[in-house]
Amino acid sequence: MALRFEILGRFNRARAARLTLPHFVCETPLFMPVGTQGTIKGLTTNQLEDIGCQIILGNTYHLALRPTSELIDELGGLHKFMNWPRALLTDSGGFQMVSLLHLADITEEGVTFQSPVDGKPMLLTPEESIQIQNRIGADIIMALDDVVKTTITGPRIEEAMYRTLRWIDRCIAAHKRPKEQNLFGIVQGGLDPVLRDICVQGLVERNLPGYAIGGLAGGEDKDSFWRVVAQCTASLPESKPRYVMGVGYPLDIVVCSALGADMYDCVYPTRTARFGTALVPEGVLRLKHQSMADDTRPIDSTCECMVCKNYTRAYLHCLVTKDAMGSQLLSYHNLYYMMQLSRNLHSSIIEGTFPKFVCDFLTKMFPEGNVPEWVCNAMEVAGIDISSCCTPLNTKPNIHASSG
Amino acid sequence: MLQEAELSIDDGAQESKNMKFAIKTFCKSGRARVGLLQLTTLGNKEIIEIETPALLLTTRKGLPAFIPPDHLPFLPSPDSRLLHFSPMHFMECPDLKTISKIGGVHRLLGLQGYGFVAVPRDSILSLPECNSSNKNGASFETPCGRFLVKPLEYMKMISSMKPDLWVSLADEVHASVTVKRNKVSVDRTITWLDTCISLKPRDGVLFGSIVGGCNVEERTRCAQEVAKRNVSGYYIGGFGLGDSIDERSTYLHAVTDSLPKEKPRQVCGLGLPEEVLQGIAAGIDLFDSTYIYHLTLEGFALIFPLNNDKCTQDPQLCPMASDYTKINLKATVYRKDTSRIVEGCTCYTCQNHTKAYINHLLNVHEMLAQILLEIHNTHHYLSFFRLIREAITEGKFEEFRQKFIQNRRGHLLAASPITFELESPVR
Ligand SMILES: [Zn+2]
Ligand SMILES: [Zn+2]
Repeated sequence: MALRFEILGRFNRARAARLTLPHFVCETPLFMPVGTQGTIKGLTTNQLEDIGCQIILGNTYHLALRPTSELIDELGGLHKFMNWPRALLTDSGGFQMVSLLHLADITEEGVTFQSPVDGKPMLLTPEESIQIQNRIGADIIMALDDVVKTTITGPRIEEAMYRTLRWIDRCIAAHKRPKEQNLFGIVQGGLDPVLRDICVQGLVERNLPGYAIGGLAGGEDKDSFWRVVAQCTASLPESKPRYVMGVGYPLDIVVCSALGADMYDCVYPTRTARFGTALVPEGVLRLKHQSMADDTRPIDSTCECMVCKNYTRAYLHCLVTKDAMGSQLLSYHNLYYMMQLSRNLHSSIIEGTFPKFVCDFLTKMFPEGNVPEWVCNAMEVAGIDISSCCTPLNTKPNIHASSG
Repeated sequence: MLQEAELSIDDGAQESKNMKFAIKTFCKSGRARVGLLQLTTLGNKEIIEIETPALLLTTRKGLPAFIPPDHLPFLPSPDSRLLHFSPMHFMECPDLKTISKIGGVHRLLGLQGYGFVAVPRDSILSLPECNSSNKNGASFETPCGRFLVKPLEYMKMISSMKPDLWVSLADEVHASVTVKRNKVSVDRTITWLDTCISLKPRDGVLFGSIVGGCNVEERTRCAQEVAKRNVSGYYIGGFGLGDSIDERSTYLHAVTDSLPKEKPRQVCGLGLPEEVLQGIAAGIDLFDSTYIYHLTLEGFALIFPLNNDKCTQDPQLCPMASDYTKINLKATVYRKDTSRIVEGCTCYTCQNHTKAYINHLLNVHEMLAQILLEIHNTHHYLSFFRLIREAITEGKFEEFRQKFIQNRRGHLLAASPITFELESPVR
């Protein structure tokens, strides 16, 4: 085990912790920006440090294609290759294959797929995924799991869950650098509480450094989503970090943190930036919108980031979706927003003001009190009283928050 | 639109307060000179002192194409504190009222301590379209379409944007136009200068535009007429529009010989190192950096030595990947190259990243490649200008120029013919 996880503060199920990884001492809850190809699109590594990024996620599938894991290994690992002194996490590569390649197929041996280079059939086994990730050298590596869409039902879900459990042993056996890299197991089981429970128990028996909740953020309804998170966090060990994969929106992160999750990753903040959308406490701000053209305010007057301190919505309006600088500046702000959200979660849990933080967050996002029902339900389970920011149920239609 | 009061007529006194220019060294045997441009920025009244010959950083809508604003302070300072922009970049938005409300370009771009130089033509996004220009105004081809800009409109832009330096509207024509059309362009440029002078805002320093194409008489006539006007410096336009580099010196000399020595001269359309040296030899003080922009887009990094040493690059390097001055980081030879673009370079890129990483970023089309390349190339080209100033100061400019050109010619000839930069679109 190459990590230490110390809980510094709690509020009911929510926890704030210090996660000591080989390359960085992190504070949780934390958001990990996705740097697919060894770079966060349009940002320099010193900007990422300025913003407060603690862990960057790299995609094994992409890195294995270019520049290849062998090259990264030869040049001293991904930290050195991209000159990122802080922590890194790589995924297993399986999810990317299944989602990006039409011809991916999963068998007991591994994920078979057609090479995007020469079209030849290829096979990614658990052993190989770990070997590639050992070469890349991230602080946290992910087990190869059998990924199924959350919207799928029936025996395939059960098969995938049991296969994920069989593969974890192959991953553990293949892992050559357990003193430098932490292998996280991934809880599968779809939306079925019984399967999820079997998977959690199976993984916990393996005593891994950390656990991820997989198979979510794939189009399932929000009520199913939070219930799976709540169920898994309740039965995963207290002393290990919990990572909800592919999540997400600021609201999802607040809810999952209240339920006891610690780590998140999502392409959303940087992807949406490239389309001209900024994250703000009220929801989102679409800078392309004509109303921004003569708006001399910053994106968010409460934001302390370099972009909000210097630029007006009017100027950003004329950059977004046209000039590289538009997506650079918006990505900077959006990641700053996510990092600030992480810091606020951490400090409010430690200071015992977490419920107030949650209420303030929800009030800004839902000024009319129309907090979605799934959030209300989740918060009840999390033991966070949000009645002060909710109008009584069924009196207001459920409008999605957006300010542009 | 703008208040009438904002377009008050200037008495000339304010202007000299905002900019001072002094020649420090004249080249003994030629026209090259080292000067000091002192500018009180309209952003925060900070005084910046730029040694000339100097490079103005090319921008898109006021910011470098890729270098993020929080990285600008890492570039050599004060060398990097003059930013070039075209008011035409803001044709679509924000509107002038909004820019004015924000407080002009300094506030718009969050760069108070920088000097902004407004030039209608930028050679990248805003190109003169001489067939559509007419007696009323100059036409420009931009990504948002073609615009005819009249002197009065142009002055409204200047008044709202409040640049530190600005050049008068010119009718820049292609080298292939008729003698008659070229003559017209000179007449119009002078008329528009008079209009600009009459509408000049209180602050901001005016450089008078000089055109005249590839005609010595017209070049001389235009320069002499502009020299009679109350301007603080000169902008020499009409180059890089189909003219040949070999004949250019004649026209440049005709212009600079007609201008008073004590005022600064800016040029447009000269970008390659040879062209910059040619301009400096003719007595030009300020250049733009479109060359860097094009290099960066193509994946090139400047590598020519910045001391008197011989170029230290690997002799085994394939000529496709390199000439004497630059390397193409897309080339597969850099796949595993963990060295820096230039060993010892103090730029952010070389301090932090290897050639192998930039090669990877280019291969996978990641924007960070352009960010890192623009940082290094800008840093390197600014150092090239410092070297030139040192050579002039030491009285060795001609020697420096000849050596540089010979080295590069030698390498260009040794390289495969298709890498000939002077004939490639990289200019
Ligand atoms: Zn911000
Ligand atoms: Zn450098």
